[in-house]
Amino acid sequence: MAELDTSGGGKHKGGKVRTKKKATRVDLTAMVDLAFLLITFFILTTTLNKPKAMELIMPDKDDKNTQMPVPESRTMTLLLGDNNKLEWFVGEPGKTQPAVIGYGKEDLRKVLVDQNNLIKQSHGGQPMIVVVKPSAQSTYKNVVTVMDELNITGIEQRAIVDITPVELALLKRDNLYK
Amino acid sequence: MPRVKVARKSTAIDMTAMCDVAFLLLTFFILSAKPKTQDPAQIQIPAATVIGPIPEVDFSTISIGQGKVFFNVEGDDIRKKTLEIMGDKYKIAFTPDEKNIFAGVESFGVPISQLKTFLAMDAKQRSTVTQPGIPVDTTNTNELYDWVHSARLADKALHDKDLKIGIKGNSQEEFPTVAKVIATLQKQKVDRFNLITSLKSK
Repeated sequence: MAELDTSGGGKHKGGKVRTKKKATRVDLTAMVDLAFLLITFFILTTTLNKPKAMELIMPDKDDKNTQMPVPESRTMTLLLGDNNKLEWFVGEPGKTQPAVIGYGKEDLRKVLVDQNNLIKQSHGGQPMIVVVKPSAQSTYKNVVTVMDELNITGIEQRAIVDITPVELALLKRDNLYK
Repeated sequence: MPRVKVARKSTAIDMTAMCDVAFLLLTFFILSAKPKTQDPAQIQIPAATVIGPIPEVDFSTISIGQGKVFFNVEGDDIRKKTLEIMGDKYKIAFTPDEKNIFAGVESFGVPISQLKTFLAMDAKQRSTVTQPGIPVDTTNTNELYDWVHSARLADKALHDKDLKIGIKGNSQEEFPTVAKVIATLQKQKVDRFNLITSLKSK
């Protein structure tokens, strides 16, 4: 306890003049306040500042067994261009006209959900496959956003693939690549 | 009728125990807090919603910013061992002093030929000097490949764990730099890695 025994040991004989005893009890309220304030500060800075990570699994490049042919009609391609815009199409490049959209909730996520449902209906419940093709002028943030949207919409079959010249030409035509 | 008087008690509470506990916790949090690692380049990490925690040990971070690549691996012992393995590969003999300095350097981005000069600087100079980044050419001088490989060997040798790798990229970084790093990792069959992101709401 924060009190010291100030009573003094034994009896004092004689009428000695003694100084008045003061209680040694210290008011700890302010100290406790300060301590808790600092605790709160340290808890907040340590646990809230932890960086998090999104797991990304790339297909094995050397293993030929994992690469199987997929029907084009189930494949959706996302071409990431500059200025935070992308275009998408289902099927083979060139045959279907791509549509230009943004990365927002109303754009990309809606398209992903809609197309996934359409493809599931027409293919007897088989899920959509998404191929992400970032061009050299898309940013890292764009790729992360796309992967995140795919995580949110629960599309498990996706891959990041290098862009082909045909698709690059599509981006150039739509002014998404200089 | 006589009033029932409640005996007045002192409102002062003994705070000693509370104070003890508070300071104990405070000490714990101060000691467990890790100083923020300073990245040599300005890196603004992108945000994502579906994310998990990243491990604090057996973890290596590859930072990408302004077209440059920086490398870091957690743990002083692992860093030291990594440098030893790298020294063997590139036939550069590092002195024990240089190894000790390297063990304390968190994130760095200099080619291995300049590493000795970099380690000879004092800590203040190191944090201000512009680092050229680790070469990640896809052809022959891919030093990042060797750094990652050495760090994986070191982690396996010292902790017997598989090193996990995180990529910390700047949001506005153009994708080819990131693609180069990913290709480097895939060359050594690292197909699983973490993209370090901050949290955002859906």
